[in-house]
Amino acid sequence: MAASVMIVGVGGQGSLLASKLLGAVLVNEGYDVKVSEVHGMSQRGGSVETYVRFGDKVYSPIIAKGEADYILSFEKLEAARFSEYLKEGGEIIVNTQEIDPMPVITGAATYPENILEELKEKGVKIEDFDALKVAKQAGSAKAVNIVLLARLAKRFAISYDKWLEAIEKTVAPKFVEMNKKAFELGYNL
Amino acid sequence: MKKLMIGNEAVSRGLYEGGIKVVSSYPGTPSTEITEFLAKYDDIKSEWAPNEKVGAEVAFGASLAGVRSACAMKHVGLNVAADPLFTLSYTGVNGGLIVCVADDPAMHSSQNEQDSRHYAIAAKVPMLEPSDSQEAYEFAKSAFDLSEKFDTPVILRMCTRVAHSQSIVEIGDRVEIPDKPYVKNGAKFIMVPANAIKRHVVVEERTAKLKEYAETCPFNRVEKADSDIGIITSGTSYQYVKEVFGDTVNVLKIGMPNPLPEQLILDFAAGVKTLYVIEELDPIIETHCRNLGLKPIGKDLFSPLGEYSQETIAKAFNKPEKPTVKADTVSPARPPMMCAGCPHRGLYYTLAKNKITVIGDIGCYTLGAQPPLSAVDSTLCMGASVSGLHGFLKANSDAASKTVAVIGDSTFMHSGITGLVNIAYNGTNATVIILDNSITGMTGHQQNPTTGFNIKGDPAGKVDLESLCRAIGIRRVRVVDPYDLKACDTAIKEELSVNEPSVIISRRPCVLLKYVKAAPPLAVDKDKCRSCKKCMSLGCPAISFKEGKAHIDATLCVGCEVCKGLCPFGAIIKEEN
Repeated sequence: MAASVMIVGVGGQGSLLASKLLGAVLVNEGYDVKVSEVHGMSQRGGSVETYVRFGDKVYSPIIAKGEADYILSFEKLEAARFSEYLKEGGEIIVNTQEIDPMPVITGAATYPENILEELKEKGVKIEDFDALKVAKQAGSAKAVNIVLLARLAKRFAISYDKWLEAIEKTVAPKFVEMNKKAFELGYNL
Repeated sequence: MKKLMIGNEAVSRGLYEGGIKVVSSYPGTPSTEITEFLAKYDDIKSEWAPNEKVGAEVAFGASLAGVRSACAMKHVGLNVAADPLFTLSYTGVNGGLIVCVADDPAMHSSQNEQDSRHYAIAAKVPMLEPSDSQEAYEFAKSAFDLSEKFDTPVILRMCTRVAHSQSIVEIGDRVEIPDKPYVKNGAKFIMVPANAIKRHVVVEERTAKLKEYAETCPFNRVEKADSDIGIITSGTSYQYVKEVFGDTVNVLKIGMPNPLPEQLILDFAAGVKTLYVIEELDPIIETHCRNLGLKPIGKDLFSPLGEYSQETIAKAFNKPEKPTVKADTVSPARPPMMCAGCPHRGLYYTLAKNKITVIGDIGCYTLGAQPPLSAVDSTLCMGASVSGLHGFLKANSDAASKTVAVIGDSTFMHSGITGLVNIAYNGTNATVIILDNSITGMTGHQQNPTTGFNIKGDPAGKVDLESLCRAIGIRRVRVVDPYDLKACDTAIKEELSVNEPSVIISRRPCVLLKYVKAAPPLAVDKDKCRSCKKCMSLGCPAISFKEGKAHIDATLCVGCEVCKGLCPFGAIIKEEN
């Protein structure tokens, strides 16, 4: 198996933890893995993207347009922004939560309506659902990242327990149970 | 043991295993984590320095005393540390000394995209450039031996994509290096003209030896293929070349961009029909090739701007484009912005409301330049707000009543103090505002000399900003709470109107600090809201306009109440329950 996964969202939504967990599981499975993320300025509520690539041998740490097997989007608009990175036949998994960017807040732009429907009409495979609601059921709005990761995990031939193991090893002890719950709810959705 | 590491962690692991004992750095994206990871090892003395020049000089002192040392900085930080670097090249080292510098092509979090390789050439010191985490680890570890063997500081050049990409590293054990004795040696370490003249000769001889070393050193390697094409590349560009071509073209991978080999390149070029040089930013390797009489294809095909990717290279070689799907609806931009509850917001709102010209600086508070506040007029480099304001007022003293400088606590420590000394000494009616949020914010919460804690979070010496400003000669020093808009307004108006320099310290800790507890979120009373949008002028990400009324996102709001104080109709309320 080899794949390129793009994780996109809004700075502060926890995409770094999702990529960290994904990376840990893939290394554990014996894959060559590269993860690329950008820190600093872009974390302050800006649009953020993380690339995760794995296979027998990975050279480039970044994903170019038309190369992503999966786009895991933490926010609706961000899925549309990065849709051209999706490979032909790839899939977008998206949290339908809307977070207004500053140009929308100031009234300089409007939040696009029916953006996912538009992509679906163009033949893009999309799984969209309210991950925030699921995260809240697990006990924290912050667990959106784990809920989405679980949806991605479902598509990989890696056993369920390996993911839970990675959560136990990576997440701070007091958040392990909540995150495992979020993973379980997401996985069995 | 195999571990997934970002390049910066791999550098720190390499330095650790290489026997480093002292590191002193100033944080700067994308270099910060090198020092943060080193601080986790108890057998290393790790420090945040007030600026990169101090960091490099601390590393020099440690090297002089006989231990292996390093400093780390972002590309523009090397401008600040350039003074010690250039003469360190002359003195050479006692214990090995590594200068880690991280370039930021595409300026993910920087004010320019300068190419640090120019510094290695200009300062005549060797430079190593890894292309992934494994190399970052190996190069950092062996850089100490190189430094001591050739008696020179070594620059380890990272770039954003190597510094912040994780890849697998096979790590080893720390080498225990015995401290070298300190022996007084004025001819080597006292750089007065009589000695420096002789040391310059040593530098030139060393460069000749390094050039010879470059021909066979383990950092450069040829990957042969059955092809007419030859590509010389380095750093992250190497990975993109391999991504596109795999093993189908000849590759000369340069891991030591200074000094560059000559014969190795000539031999490589002789074995291919078409020679390409693929390097991000400036044509350093390409120019070297041209000086050797070669005619490579380089910057005429590849841009000196921004980052490359496999797509850049595929396009240049006319490979078929990959099919993509794009929505017709344009996605509005999502620029970074000041957080909900950011203490800088209230201060900036007051400056914008009073139409003040703001000479800005480098930090989170540069985001005050974004609409709707649009409160900043210039951003140049660390510290330039304070000295820039002085120049502005020298040119136009009438502007003193409507112009200020804003600078963060960490940036003020870095290089704002000297500007303030200049204001006191050369006399302008300047009003300098120190935005003291008790942390170095933008780089991800590093301690600094004003916070009272060191890099390990232990209590440390604390600079008292008020006393410091007074000692410099500023008589008018006052502190305001930026959440208190009325106090901000009064302070700014009063200090702008007096006929002497003044400092306003806008003090409130960053809301993202763990010890800062958020207040319950506020809400909008829809019946009282008259849709005047005054609250929207704050540019707070928690406030939006929904169905004709202001709306506060309870998951983002930290209850700072700045908007509550602004609402003329009392429509912003503390939510019940």
